[in-house]
Amino acid sequence: MKTQTQTYSLNLGPQHPSTHGVFRIILELDGEFVVKATPVPGYLHRGIEKLAEARTYTQVIPYTDRMDYLAGMLMNWGYVMSVEKLMSLEIPERAEYIRVIVGELSRIASHMMSVGALGADLGALTAFTYTFRDREYVMDLLEMTSGSRMTFNYMRVGGVVKDFPPEFYPALKHFLSELPGMCDEYDGLLTGNEIFIARTKNIGIITPEMGINYSLSGPTIRGSGVNLDLRKTRPYSIYDRFDFQVPLGENGDCYDRFRLRIEEMRQSGKIIQQALEQIEEGPIMAKVPKIIKPPVGDVYTEIESSKGIYGSYLVSDGSTKPYRIHFRRPSFINLGYLGDLCKGWKLADVIAILGSIDIVLGEVDC
Amino acid sequence: MLESIFIEIADIIRYWFLDLGTPELLTEIILMLIKLSAILGFIIVNALWLVYMERKVAAYIQSRIGPIHTGPKGLLQTAADILKLMGKEIILPDGINRIIFILMPILIFVPPLMTWAVIPFGRDMTAVDIDMGVFYILAVGSLSTIIFWAAGWASNNKYSLIGGMRVVAQMVSYELPLVLGLLGVVMISGSLNLNQIVIAQDNVWFIFTQPIAFLIYLIAGISETNRAPFDLVEGESEIIAGPYTEYSGMGFALFFLAEYANMMVVSAVCTVMFLGGWLAPFGMDFIPSWVWFFLKMYFIIFLFMWIRWTYPRMRVDHLMAFGWKVLVPLSLANIFVTGACIYIFRGIGW
Repeated sequence: MKTQTQTYSLNLGPQHPSTHGVFRIILELDGEFVVKATPVPGYLHRGIEKLAEARTYTQVIPYTDRMDYLAGMLMNWGYVMSVEKLMSLEIPERAEYIRVIVGELSRIASHMMSVGALGADLGALTAFTYTFRDREYVMDLLEMTSGSRMTFNYMRVGGVVKDFPPEFYPALKHFLSELPGMCDEYDGLLTGNEIFIARTKNIGIITPEMGINYSLSGPTIRGSGVNLDLRKTRPYSIYDRFDFQVPLGENGDCYDRFRLRIEEMRQSGKIIQQALEQIEEGPIMAKVPKIIKPPVGDVYTEIESSKGIYGSYLVSDGSTKPYRIHFRRPSFINLGYLGDLCKGWKLADVIAILGSIDIVLGEVDC
Repeated sequence: MLESIFIEIADIIRYWFLDLGTPELLTEIILMLIKLSAILGFIIVNALWLVYMERKVAAYIQSRIGPIHTGPKGLLQTAADILKLMGKEIILPDGINRIIFILMPILIFVPPLMTWAVIPFGRDMTAVDIDMGVFYILAVGSLSTIIFWAAGWASNNKYSLIGGMRVVAQMVSYELPLVLGLLGVVMISGSLNLNQIVIAQDNVWFIFTQPIAFLIYLIAGISETNRAPFDLVEGESEIIAGPYTEYSGMGFALFFLAEYANMMVVSAVCTVMFLGGWLAPFGMDFIPSWVWFFLKMYFIIFLFMWIRWTYPRMRVDHLMAFGWKVLVPLSLANIFVTGACIYIFRGIGW
């Protein structure tokens, strides 16, 4: 009798400890090897784009935090920037600096979460608590200035809603002085660990060509060595005033994507440091009419969010409510390659790959 | 007095029964049952304590506090957890093999219980003193593989099945270096009796004469207990909980406690084989021998916890490669070197 092996399908999610929420992948497995992977997003769809059509421009802002809830400030920022561009508003200097500071803080918080979650996915639960402990500092800082910890609703068309309180500056300086030490700690716990390297190095390789073809962005594509950081390549807001590097990977494997995020945290710290030195007193809100009514037309703006390029496309019919909004969510676009990327790797590698792409389900399903 | 407290208690019970006019054989059987139930109680209480200890150690490593509210310093946390799990419904999913599914969480306690019977807790304190101690422990220890695998197989769940298959692959490949590692100790001591092995370490513990065997045993031991970094069997980020996926309520709690019972067995064997068992170091005889045994055992357990909360999980193929390509050749080399050294030392008349 001839022995035969048979493939079988394994349903990973939507209730699974390491899909970072309600994401589902249907895996076709041959033993432990993946033959075919079919991602099934959509379990967290709330119809934010449709809901926004029935809200005024200001009322849309709280919906944007709910997309990438790990970096809510950046989500706010991308949206208000598109409205401002449509209205051709001039934003006060101080407001821009405040946006950069809170935006970079949000980026740090998001990367901390991503680093810790990848560690937890690979079984190093201590990394997760370390990053959570440090993320708490960022949450406290953002709470001080915006009043909430996750969904900030902090930015407005024309500026920000509130200036920094006086106690914010010493707290931020303290955090900045601690940040390099925190990053060293993650490096010490994970980056040099033999098992961690064996689990991530040369796993889930994204070539630069495939990355570009699949329109990946953020750390996911920078891990492959593609220098695509909108803050540098197409500076928006006031990012041309800061001196910082864009860390790049070499192999495009999980390890590079992971290492990159720790490096980006250090760079974000540098940007905040410079912003703190340059910031001056002044108004935090531009002269914006009470009722926001952008002229008829459409506009598309992009910012570099923590997961990649976050774009918002806005169509205005001249009324107080947007006619149509569409958000380009980097997590969703980055996921497009997941099916092909997982092919040929082991079941355990799928978890590492998914963790290294760093998705937030709120953003994937919008 | 304190040194032989358990022996004296046993004697008191024995004479009490004999005074009642019980035949000698029956007395011995009753005494054996009492000893075994004492061991069972000891395992359960220790497992409960170890769950608490694990949480506290993990909390310390992760810069948290750990349980503090249930009882003094959170000591009753595990008891509360177990009580809660007892109150849960035991769900029997469709398509399972009912008998095996229900039986396995109970049977999982059999191998640790059987192993503990031969472990020398202290001077002259062994429930059953047999000459084939090491051989017996290894034979009984591998039984738990079948139980995990059967639980995974009976669950009618793909995650459980993958977990069950991983158990077999992992335990079989790490059983070999474990046995070969212990062989070095047996060669030096010249006995398979655990008490004899302990006494043979009177001058120097085997951890110093057999350091490589100790490391091999430690690594293979972690793998035997399915703990990180070798916890592929229940790697929760990949296969939910492996063979335990479909278990709920008390079934799950029993598996959970069995993990700690197994960990105790591995640490106890390690203590006996490498750390001098109940022998007191530096002639500190004023502390009873059984206290020394537990101190050493808990040190090894702490080592296991430390490792668990520091390292990520290995991947299946790396694990197998490490077992077959590194540990097995290393343990064979260790046996060769040990044998050569024994021959040479005998030759020069040590």
